[in-house]
Amino acid sequence: MSNEVTNVFVAGVGGQGILLASEILSDVALSRGLDVKKSEVHGMAQRGGSVVSHVRFGEKVYSPVITEGEADILVSFEKMEGLRWLHYVRGGGTVIVNSQEIIPSGLEAYPEGIDGELGKRFPDARLIDAFSLAKDAGHVRAVNTVMLGAFSSYLDFTEDEWRAVIEKRVPPKTIEINTKAFALGREAGAA
Amino acid sequence: MRVLLSGNEAVARGCYEHGVRVATAYPGTPSTEILENVVKYKDDVYCQWSPNEKVAFEVAMGAAFGGVRTLVAMKHVGLNVAADPLMTSTSVGGDGGFVIVSADDPGMHSSQNEQDNRYYAKFAKIPLVEPSDSQEVKDFLGAAYEISERFGTPVLFRLTTRISHAKSPVELGDRTEVERKEYAKDTSRRVVIPAHARRLHVKVEERLKAIREFAETSPLNRVEEGDPAVGVISSGISYEYARDAFPGATFLKLGLSYPFPIDLARTFCKRFGTVYVVEENEPFIEEQLKVAGITNVVGHDKVPMCGELNQRIVRESLTGEAPDTEPAKVPPRPPVLCPGCPHRSTFFTLNRLGIGSTSDIGCYTLGVMPPLEGLDTCVCMGASIGNALGLEKAIGREFARKMVAVIGDSTFVHSGITGLADVAYNKGATTVIILDNAVTAMTGHQDHPGTGRTLMGEPTTKLDYVKLAEALGVADARRVDAYDMDAVKTAIQDATSKDEASLLVMEGPCALINRKAWGPPMQVDADECVACGLCLRLGCPAISKDENGKAFISPIFCVGEICSMCAQVCPKNCISVSEKT
Repeated sequence: MSNEVTNVFVAGVGGQGILLASEILSDVALSRGLDVKKSEVHGMAQRGGSVVSHVRFGEKVYSPVITEGEADILVSFEKMEGLRWLHYVRGGGTVIVNSQEIIPSGLEAYPEGIDGELGKRFPDARLIDAFSLAKDAGHVRAVNTVMLGAFSSYLDFTEDEWRAVIEKRVPPKTIEINTKAFALGREAGAA
Repeated sequence: MRVLLSGNEAVARGCYEHGVRVATAYPGTPSTEILENVVKYKDDVYCQWSPNEKVAFEVAMGAAFGGVRTLVAMKHVGLNVAADPLMTSTSVGGDGGFVIVSADDPGMHSSQNEQDNRYYAKFAKIPLVEPSDSQEVKDFLGAAYEISERFGTPVLFRLTTRISHAKSPVELGDRTEVERKEYAKDTSRRVVIPAHARRLHVKVEERLKAIREFAETSPLNRVEEGDPAVGVISSGISYEYARDAFPGATFLKLGLSYPFPIDLARTFCKRFGTVYVVEENEPFIEEQLKVAGITNVVGHDKVPMCGELNQRIVRESLTGEAPDTEPAKVPPRPPVLCPGCPHRSTFFTLNRLGIGSTSDIGCYTLGVMPPLEGLDTCVCMGASIGNALGLEKAIGREFARKMVAVIGDSTFVHSGITGLADVAYNKGATTVIILDNAVTAMTGHQDHPGTGRTLMGEPTTKLDYVKLAEALGVADARRVDAYDMDAVKTAIQDATSKDEASLLVMEGPCALINRKAWGPPMQVDADECVACGLCLRLGCPAISKDENGKAFISPIFCVGEICSMCAQVCPKNCISVSEKT
């Protein structure tokens, strides 16, 4: 990798495992010997609010946050959240969105027109049914590992580098499910 | 070994490595994880949650009197609570190294204001240390203790949300023990009667001059050479943003920014036609430059005063350059009371009874959101009770029947007790409701004097709110099961109808820490549901409408029978526990 900083913006809804996913990505980059900064705001993560995590890595990273138009990759664990943060992606960037819908509090039904707007604004956005893939892997809570797998092929890390960190970071009992979830995600997200 | 640590984890690691022996705090975002991580080193560092920041400060100060390195941590508004001991501790310093960590919250991610606590250093006349990333947090903490011990002063160590909560690599080191200084009685220094204080103030002024000299050449303040045409002065997290906004510029990076190294800054500014001063919130550095007659600086006339900065805002405000981006219109996704939250019954009932509330700081502040809309006021820790009494005195006793004070258990212990004493003493008819979820929930589940457990994991004495209220003179004090909708309603109606003060303790453990009680989800019998929408008025994230307008309960979010508030309010009795899935 060059001196350029790589910016990965991870979005979703509190409780989806966003922070663990960005933690794993950061550890993979650190294990490569890179400088890494990862930023998120705690306090609301479990209360159904919109949650984002910024991960930046390269030779030398200063700011811990990604700003609008800077993200190389936007990964959203929820469809509407993908649209909310879409303007953070730079021209020519990559967008990977879980097609799962989570109704925001205060609304009685999911808002209409999200797919259309997403397709209009970013025709190359890749939609993945991470919820079903997580179920196939053995548990619905593995959505975050499916999404990790889905964007992993857009970065310069090997499958072994990812696996080594995942095995270290997830609860031992869930290694098998998570390994499978990662593989299913990687296959679904592959460019 | 090189690991990723958040700024807060780096403070904890710094406590360990730099020989700290006592650390105290009251939890508050974004500072909470400091003590949560110090406890990992509890064999070497005694640590505790205190009931509030003032007490935490005083315990830490006492430990410094005792001759050991000590640390107290709090969020920015917590330092307001501790401002009384702070302002005088500065003249009695001179024992063990004493560092006060203030974690400010620019952008108010989880706060009621974005006060810039750098001004507290100036106000209290103590040195201000500002790290920019996790490695600096750990290293500068060691430097802060050296400054504290060398000059006999507390040191204000200032973090902001993006330092506290951002992770970056840190090289780990070993612990260095620091010898405890022998305690010796010294009333001339530690008993601040006016005769002593007058002399101590002179010493504080002399000390400040000496530290200013020190700051001029301290390695915490450094010039980073770059483009000789572009000069930038910055500190803390703003430095990181400025670095991205002006790659290659020449920087004066301030890590010991008060007392301000004015000669260093003057020499730096002379080298450039214009110097950019990049700082978040207040013009703390800029003011000191301008007061000293240095006028070739551009700062807050262009950089916004409100909210967080980032590299884009810095670049755009100072150079006008920024990529064109336009956000999509998407409905907001605000945080809400969790599924199964025991606080929901109180706000639902108040709403149905047409009773408002003066409220307080905690999860239950989320009761302001529709459909519960249960809050009239929320100002600062503990304000609910005083506000309710004030409204009663201004508008009259009848008003108190329509306005109750609502406060969480941890917040009540923090600064609600004196408010309740005031209600009793001044003969209020106020109904005070403690929403007792048996934990400091909003900040991520910390213990407090009402939980029966210490930070270091030991069982301890447990505050009894009812006995306390009785002792204060509130005779009508009782516990209510927060998950029993009828009991909640009866208790509120009864308490507000009385002509005396009442305390209701709504008991129900936080649903997030009570996971073992979760069961099969509730479900709606769609054939019986008449789409009246009453269950939706609970504002539970698990309940939505199906395509026919009838209630639907998400099996993923619902916690099951332990809550069952929806089943209790359903007029058709068509909500029940589903079969185990």
